[in-house]
Amino acid sequence: MTDAATARGVAERVARESYGRLVAFLAARTRDLAGAEDALSEAFAAALDQWPREGAPANPDAWLLSVARRRQTDAWRRRWTQAEGEAQLTTMMDEIEAAAGTPDAIPDRRLALMFACAHPAVERDMRTPLMLQAVLGLPARDIGAAFLVPPATMGQRLVRAKARLKTAQAAFRIPETEELPERLDAVLEAVYAAFTTGWADGEPGEADLAREAIWLGRVIVGLIPDQPEARGALALMLYAEARRPARRTADGDYAPLEEQDAALWDLPLIAEAETLLRQANAAGPSGRYQIEAAIQSAHVARRLHDADSWPAIIALYEVLLTLSASPVVRLNHAMTTARVEGAEVALALIQPLDTDPRMAGYQPYWAARGQLCAEAGRRAKAHEALTLAIGLTADPAVRRYLQQRRGRLKAD
Amino acid sequence: MRYMLMLYADEAAGAQIPPEEMKGYMDQMYAYGAALTKAGAFIQTHPLARTDQACTVRVQDGRMTVQDGPYAETREQFGGYFLIEARDMDAARQWAARCPAATWGTIEVRPLSENAGKPG
Repeated sequence: MTDAATARGVAERVARESYGRLVAFLAARTRDLAGAEDALSEAFAAALDQWPREGAPANPDAWLLSVARRRQTDAWRRRWTQAEGEAQLTTMMDEIEAAAGTPDAIPDRRLALMFACAHPAVERDMRTPLMLQAVLGLPARDIGAAFLVPPATMGQRLVRAKARLKTAQAAFRIPETEELPERLDAVLEAVYAAFTTGWADGEPGEADLAREAIWLGRVIVGLIPDQPEARGALALMLYAEARRPARRTADGDYAPLEEQDAALWDLPLIAEAETLLRQANAAGPSGRYQIEAAIQSAHVARRLHDADSWPAIIALYEVLLTLSASPVVRLNHAMTTARVEGAEVALALIQPLDTDPRMAGYQPYWAARGQLCAEAGRRAKAHEALTLAIGLTADPAVRRYLQQRRGRLKAD
Repeated sequence: MRYMLMLYADEAAGAQIPPEEMKGYMDQMYAYGAALTKAGAFIQTHPLARTDQACTVRVQDGRMTVQDGPYAETREQFGGYFLIEARDMDAARQWAARCPAATWGTIEVRPLSENAGKPG
């Protein structure tokens, strides 16, 4: 990356950070997310245009607030006198005036905003898109592209989600201690969904959702440092991110974990993940993210230090199975078991999944099944499973990889 | 809901692809059809012959006109389709993204008009 590109990235990051904080602050006071976004949208657009060229201002919050105040008063009046009434306008204006007077003292309510985005009133598959827009200011176009939804459709869904939040009178606050773990789980789930969506894209587009998700993970850990699962989730994302440079060969071919050149892994990121995981483990009982992060840590030990981690990984998957017996966990457990006990044992473990209708369209199942059948010498079954895996793949590099693997069946 | 995935691609460019490479693409399309079938989403598919074999017919004011070639001259030509069953448009789009033809051309996803074609 050039220095100019780095400077642009930094300025953009500052703008998003400040924007998210201000949206969160206004929405927390007014319980009107769409209104808060409207109030800041023009100022944010100006910042995204200006800061990368001229550098971010010393006090970004104050800059955004003063531009918002200067440019938007009339526009809001026009919009809101029709739609929301004068009272709404007055509230939002008062909030901005108050905040503009003391920008240094604006409390960081982004976590509360994330809890609102993952509120039960919001449909599960809209929580991630909503969070990406509200907290990071990503445009509906980029969010839609990541989730394979046309821009206008994504825009309408976001508007509906915000309206639903408003109707539910959802409080923009961090939940009380007793309901915190469950609600935090929904927040982490939404953040992790952003990560895996971005991760599935071989070539990240305009918005690199994996990096945005890591950013959100850092915000969460920074604001509630005492929650081990938040650290676990961040660690899990960092382990995967650290392997990004090795996921494609120099020729652009797909390289699965076992075939990756571990020398390309990002060691500082791995070190950060290891620290987070240690802190999480020391802090309390293990949830799914901590366990999944521990599995990644064991893979690192195996590939980087030749440790015999397979038994530990199997044991970790068994713990994970007691938390959630989802087909995905069972599949991963079986794939790991195969490394120690062989493919036949693993095939027996996933036998019940063969008739599970959810697996019919699940690419990783057929790719895994194909590999196990190949290892077990069941060539026809391997061919059939790999064919289905090829047909379910959207990534051309993975498709080519699976075709090559299936081609090798004949030669074996 | 039923959806039609209409596959558009540049015929001329397609004709330039070496046979061995083309075999790989056809193999991907076959795998895609198998995956649709396994998931219970497959209804029908067919490739179309090249547009130089097409002609267009129109009857207007009692006069029939026939012309050689496709209805419209476009950069990419309609070259085949998959008719699929999907829960909703989101699911239909996911299937379109998995179709190998999306990497060398364009896929238009359109719901079938479910209440049309019934006797009045």
